[in-house]
Amino acid sequence: MAAEQSEKKPTSWLRFSSPRNFYPLAGKMIPWFMGLAIVLVLAGLYMTFFVVPPDYQQGNSYRIMYIHVPAAWMSMLIYLLMAFYAGLYFVLNVKLADMMAGSLAITGAIFTFIALWTGAMWGKPTWGTWWVWDARLTSELLLLFLYLGYISLRAAIDDPNRAAKASGLLALVGVVNVPIIYFSVKWWNTLHQGASITTNKTSMATEMFITLMIMVFAFWMYTIAVVLMRVRNEIIERERDTNWLVEELGKEK
Amino acid sequence: MLQILDLECVRGDLLLFSGLNFALESGELLHVKGANGSGKTTLLRTVCGLSHPESGKVLWQGESIWKQGESYRDELTYIGHLNGVKDELTVLENLRIATMLSGEQHSEDQLIDALVKIGLGERIDLPAKMLSQGQRRRVSLARLLLTKSTLWILDEPYTALDVSVIATLQQVIAQHLQCGGMVLLTTHQDVDIEGVVKQLTLSA
Amino acid sequence: MFSVINLMVRRDILLAMRRPQDVMTSLFFFIIVVSLFPLGVSPEMEILRTIGPGVIWVAALLATMLSLGRLFSADHQDGTLEQMILSPQPLALMVLSKCVAHWLLTGIPLVILTPLLGLLLGLAGDEIQTLTLTLLLGTPVLILIGSIGAALTLGVRGGGVLLSLLILPLFVPVLIFGTGAVSSMNAGMGVEAHFSLLGAFLVLSLLLTPWASAAALKISME
Repeated sequence: MAAEQSEKKPTSWLRFSSPRNFYPLAGKMIPWFMGLAIVLVLAGLYMTFFVVPPDYQQGNSYRIMYIHVPAAWMSMLIYLLMAFYAGLYFVLNVKLADMMAGSLAITGAIFTFIALWTGAMWGKPTWGTWWVWDARLTSELLLLFLYLGYISLRAAIDDPNRAAKASGLLALVGVVNVPIIYFSVKWWNTLHQGASITTNKTSMATEMFITLMIMVFAFWMYTIAVVLMRVRNEIIERERDTNWLVEELGKEK
Repeated sequence: MLQILDLECVRGDLLLFSGLNFALESGELLHVKGANGSGKTTLLRTVCGLSHPESGKVLWQGESIWKQGESYRDELTYIGHLNGVKDELTVLENLRIATMLSGEQHSEDQLIDALVKIGLGERIDLPAKMLSQGQRRRVSLARLLLTKSTLWILDEPYTALDVSVIATLQQVIAQHLQCGGMVLLTTHQDVDIEGVVKQLTLSA
Repeated sequence: MFSVINLMVRRDILLAMRRPQDVMTSLFFFIIVVSLFPLGVSPEMEILRTIGPGVIWVAALLATMLSLGRLFSADHQDGTLEQMILSPQPLALMVLSKCVAHWLLTGIPLVILTPLLGLLLGLAGDEIQTLTLTLLLGTPVLILIGSIGAALTLGVRGGGVLLSLLILPLFVPVLIFGTGAVSSMNAGMGVEAHFSLLGAFLVLSLLLTPWASAAALKISME
């Protein structure tokens, strides 16, 4: 349906929402984003290990923050972005929006997992335990459950249209609940006076901030590259019977 | 008037039919034929508004059924493969609740009368779990004797019915057409009904 | 509007009365889960009293979740759900009525049993009172939120486990404020905030979830 719409009005920006136009465009963009991601990650890691000074309280162990914090930010932003694409799917009825949402979910879940894993690794030298039930880690854990629910629902429904609509609705329900869950967990945590991992924010030096930003950009570039790759795979699977795809795949060889 | 314009339906990734057009006027019946898997049920469910088409329009009195919503559903009676009959309820309770669900109020006498006509007169107080497949089908078809809706969409209404009940049902349908109603039905049997009977064959 | 609510609530209660084992199962489940904790954790009354409110809340949450699988499944299997969607009455209203009936059938019995289970776990009188009130306010929220998950997983393979994965994270705020009320009371900080928040959750979910569930049902029936 999306393809027909865009063929009728080729001047509209919606033409990029047709798999036929999107597939080659994404193919051209992926190497650039992936290349940028690799360069930025290398630069960020160099800064992390050789440029920024050790923390005056936590020593070197705090350096994992440069992965933990950007991953945690990404995990939350990607959930919002996923819900945005789910909403877009309902408004415009464009299948590509649903493919974007589905692809983002997997990357989001991976970043959530990385944030949890690095949080645990940071917690061990800092608090002496792998896991503390602090507000951030707990919210992050619940976010992982939300991602897993979304991914499982998509996987459990065979019909792609029903999967798109059902998971889209779940994403919208989830995004309404995320602030409520976050607020409740924070409130629960203050009541039980749990520990929290933070670094001394006032002492954040310029090079620390720059390193953090480099890592955030690196993660964004990586996200865009892998999401485009996943959407392309999804297009191949769904449009495998169409002529244009066969031609397109022929060109790539 | 019911109009179908350039309708295309898919199931999963499979194209069932495309470019389907037809119109149904007052007093007409459309018999949808086709092999198993040709999309008869999907077509009926799409016309009801249960399923969304891949593209195309379904118009009722010139307006899209998606925009009308409740006012279209008020004019519609759909009987699908499933009977909507609850095992735990008696025959009479089943019919009463089914008619109330479709927004109609009928007196006890009218309900019993309908059940008698469709041959369930002696079983009105029996729990539905004691009924045979054909008898359950009759409970759900009894709604047709009571409803005031204009458009009837019937998916294999004759399934599991014996000859005498089929004759009764065909009379009821003929009467509905005479009063200006419309019927859209699928069946593998021949439709022997007086009135304007159109045919549509879906090829897989 | 009220006639359709009346019809659906009475129909669902009548159906449950004719098949009472469904309601009883989730009630027994609730009791059994709670009575496993003294065996699994410790029979010390001090420990049980500390974890008691949380145990009862988690058990109520699981019992509700298990019963939610039945909310729409029977109507889905026998075709009544199609008729509900095609009815000229608003579907959201019918969903709301089904949730009300479900709460009367499974939520209220849990609330009634709570004082008894509270005694088993050594809770004091005022603790039991607060806990019971939080469950009275919280169980309808669980059912309303859960109805969305029940509608989304209708007819999906592995639906029961999937349902729990979808809705348990969404139950967290209710759980936190439900159990928080008792600890807050014991800490001498008052329970008004908790009850207002649970009340706010209830109002919000009454207003929003029936629409979401109705949309989910239509998606599942396509």
